[in-house]
Amino acid sequence: MFDSLGDKLGKVFGKLRGKGGLNEDDVADAMREIRVALLEADVALPVVKNFIETVKLKAVGQDVIKSVTPGQQVVKIVHDALVEMLGGDTQELTFSAPPSAYLMVGLQGSGKTTTTAKIAKFLTDKQRKKILMASLDVYRPAAQDQLAQLGTQTGIATLPIVAGQKPLDIAHRAMDMARKEGFDLVILDTAGRLTIDEEMMAEVEAIQRAMNPVETLLVADAMTGQDAVNTAKIFNDRVPVTGIVLTRVDGDARGGAALSMKAVTGKPIKLIGVGEKWDALEPFHPDRIAGRILGMGDVVSLVEKAVETIDRDEAEKMAAKFQKGEFDFNDLLSQMNQVKKMGGVGGLVKMLPGLGNMSAQLEKANLGDATKKQEAIILSMTLEERSRPVLLNASRKRRIAAGSGTTVQDINKLYKQLQDMQTVMKRMKKMGMGKMMGMMQGMMGEKDQALIAESMKGNADPRDLLGANPFLKGKR
Amino acid sequence: MAFWNRNKSEKEPTLVAEQPAPVAVPEQPPVTARAGDREGETWVSRLGMGLGKSSAKLGQDLGDLFTKKKLDQDTLNGLEDALIMADLGPVTAARIVAQFSEGRFGKDIGDDEVRAALADIVAGILLPVAKPLVLHKPGNGPFVILVCGVNGAGKTTTIGKLADQWVKRDGRKVAIAAGDTFRAAAVEQLKIWADRAGAMMISKDTGADAAAVAYEAYQQAKDAGADILMIDTAGRLHNKKNLMDELEKIVRVLKKHDDTIPHATLLVLDSTTGQNAHAQVETFREITNVTGLIVTKLDGSAKGGVVVGLADRFGLPIHAVGVGEGAADLQPFDAHDFARSLVGIRG
Repeated sequence: MFDSLGDKLGKVFGKLRGKGGLNEDDVADAMREIRVALLEADVALPVVKNFIETVKLKAVGQDVIKSVTPGQQVVKIVHDALVEMLGGDTQELTFSAPPSAYLMVGLQGSGKTTTTAKIAKFLTDKQRKKILMASLDVYRPAAQDQLAQLGTQTGIATLPIVAGQKPLDIAHRAMDMARKEGFDLVILDTAGRLTIDEEMMAEVEAIQRAMNPVETLLVADAMTGQDAVNTAKIFNDRVPVTGIVLTRVDGDARGGAALSMKAVTGKPIKLIGVGEKWDALEPFHPDRIAGRILGMGDVVSLVEKAVETIDRDEAEKMAAKFQKGEFDFNDLLSQMNQVKKMGGVGGLVKMLPGLGNMSAQLEKANLGDATKKQEAIILSMTLEERSRPVLLNASRKRRIAAGSGTTVQDINKLYKQLQDMQTVMKRMKKMGMGKMMGMMQGMMGEKDQALIAESMKGNADPRDLLGANPFLKGKR
Repeated sequence: MAFWNRNKSEKEPTLVAEQPAPVAVPEQPPVTARAGDREGETWVSRLGMGLGKSSAKLGQDLGDLFTKKKLDQDTLNGLEDALIMADLGPVTAARIVAQFSEGRFGKDIGDDEVRAALADIVAGILLPVAKPLVLHKPGNGPFVILVCGVNGAGKTTTIGKLADQWVKRDGRKVAIAAGDTFRAAAVEQLKIWADRAGAMMISKDTGADAAAVAYEAYQQAKDAGADILMIDTAGRLHNKKNLMDELEKIVRVLKKHDDTIPHATLLVLDSTTGQNAHAQVETFREITNVTGLIVTKLDGSAKGGVVVGLADRFGLPIHAVGVGEGAADLQPFDAHDFARSLVGIRG
């Protein structure tokens, strides 16, 4: 629903093309758009203001590079500044002499209990920790039950429930049990609380004081609005946090809360929740959220969406073919089906950086029909023709055209498209699939932009781009 | 019941002592839904504990801006900032400020006047959507309400509060179906609310097909002669196609009983949510024909200003607001009170 920032800045700077450098007025125009984009992404206003000041200083006086538009250049400056502000290196969870204690805090419904189980599962599987989970939530109906059930589901120990016990007593009991039974880590899941609830804030303060947790993690919803600054600041003031866990990053919120909370607390975002499965917990990548806040598209999400929807076996088969540099009509057909599954061409293009504005054109172009036509053509081929495209001679093409209700020109066009894809396959083969994926992970860097620019060079037909879908190899 | 007694010193723990205005009205809605309020115990004073605190800050911001002086651009910018910080969003905030400045720009204006005028504008946008939920029980079965929303919005708690009020205050026979068959202990959580309210609880095991639960629940509720059936659903992010398909299936299956079912579909919205609420409403509405909103957690520091933009864009009724964890802490949505709270006018 929102225009991407790139589109807006494109309009602002349209008149500037070819100018020598960015002057103050140009930048001021751009900053207004950036302000709105950040606010629409739910970055808190005080943070937006600081940020704009910083970026303004960086942008004024910059030479306009010939190959990019001034708009793109400002977006890059903004993007880099965002990444910097969101924090550099990924921050790992830490441990003390066993048993360590982790304290999970946050508002109601932010996802503390689910996150508790995810972290426990993650540390159990990846770091061989022996973990005990304990729910200190004696307020919400069945909250302790919930954690106990999650314990059963994940195979992680939970503290037996004793009805009527106070949160602080439960915490003590958990640590005692951990000491006696040799647990490495106790994760204390607290009740959701509002920052203005003095009694509840005092309660969690007392728990932190008594338990001296090595990690106090603030769990916050990626959909949070302007209140993110209040929540983060007050929690951090009352129970100094060591890190933030951002949940529901698999939603479509732009996630400005991440920036707000990092800015106001200075504490790192350590993990993000990206789904309902136990392993849907990931380290935080500032560049990914930065791109999202700016509405610039998210190549990594695209890769993930592809992996989510694409049939595994089919993907493996396809990847093998890719590596050999082979690509025939069967592959094209199966790709079309995959694309359809992923929400059609329009949905995919929206996720590609710099192509946001193309999705509007696509809608007009009625690509769905074009795809149907191509499908019909391929389905009118014999099996042998599909796997050996070179067989297509004039007479075969006429037969196929008649069978699919198209013209020979249509068939030539499709054949040309297939050949273009084969070229891309060969190029990818040269680069090696591993390298390709590596570049995708570090997306939005200059290398990637160059790569995308190259693969689009001279041919802005999105169908070709999709045909050359390089994301079919397994995830991570 | 320890969990709501913890604020004893501040709040009255009982449900019965207070007579909150009805969140929903049976059959014919009275014109003034607020008639039940006791003196000094208005909706906004209850909000005052939470929203009031946050709006106090907003109020302060506005107070700093205005004593009595000429309305200039700086002042308007400050006003816009204050609205943005209440989650109205940049576009809506700009529009409201533009409307406010019309005819006032350059004139002397006092603090109170500014707040009142601003509140009026916001209330003007909210008034058309401040509608109680009308319960119109059909002759052949219960009035069916489907409750949906993203994870952690407060669906289960909202259902619990509604059930409590309808059973205890209105003497209705209420059935609740545990359609959240995914989240651990969701059924148990709902069961505690149902027991406390004295509502009939209909559930299957965790992992059961939610649509099947809903389908069978209707028959059971009907057989038991229930007036109202509320169907809880699992929290789902609106961009997850498979989960939205599941929700669509629940509706489709319910319609096999009767095409008018569900009679109401409520979307529960967390007031801490920012501009993503737009996407939530848009998508849920596409899938389920949402008939109204309930805004939760307004007793916190979040202001829930996004509903102003929502009201303007979608015009969906806002039936009630959640202002606490007790059963009585679900109140009718009052446009004027909300608007006045938003701009920092107390009481």
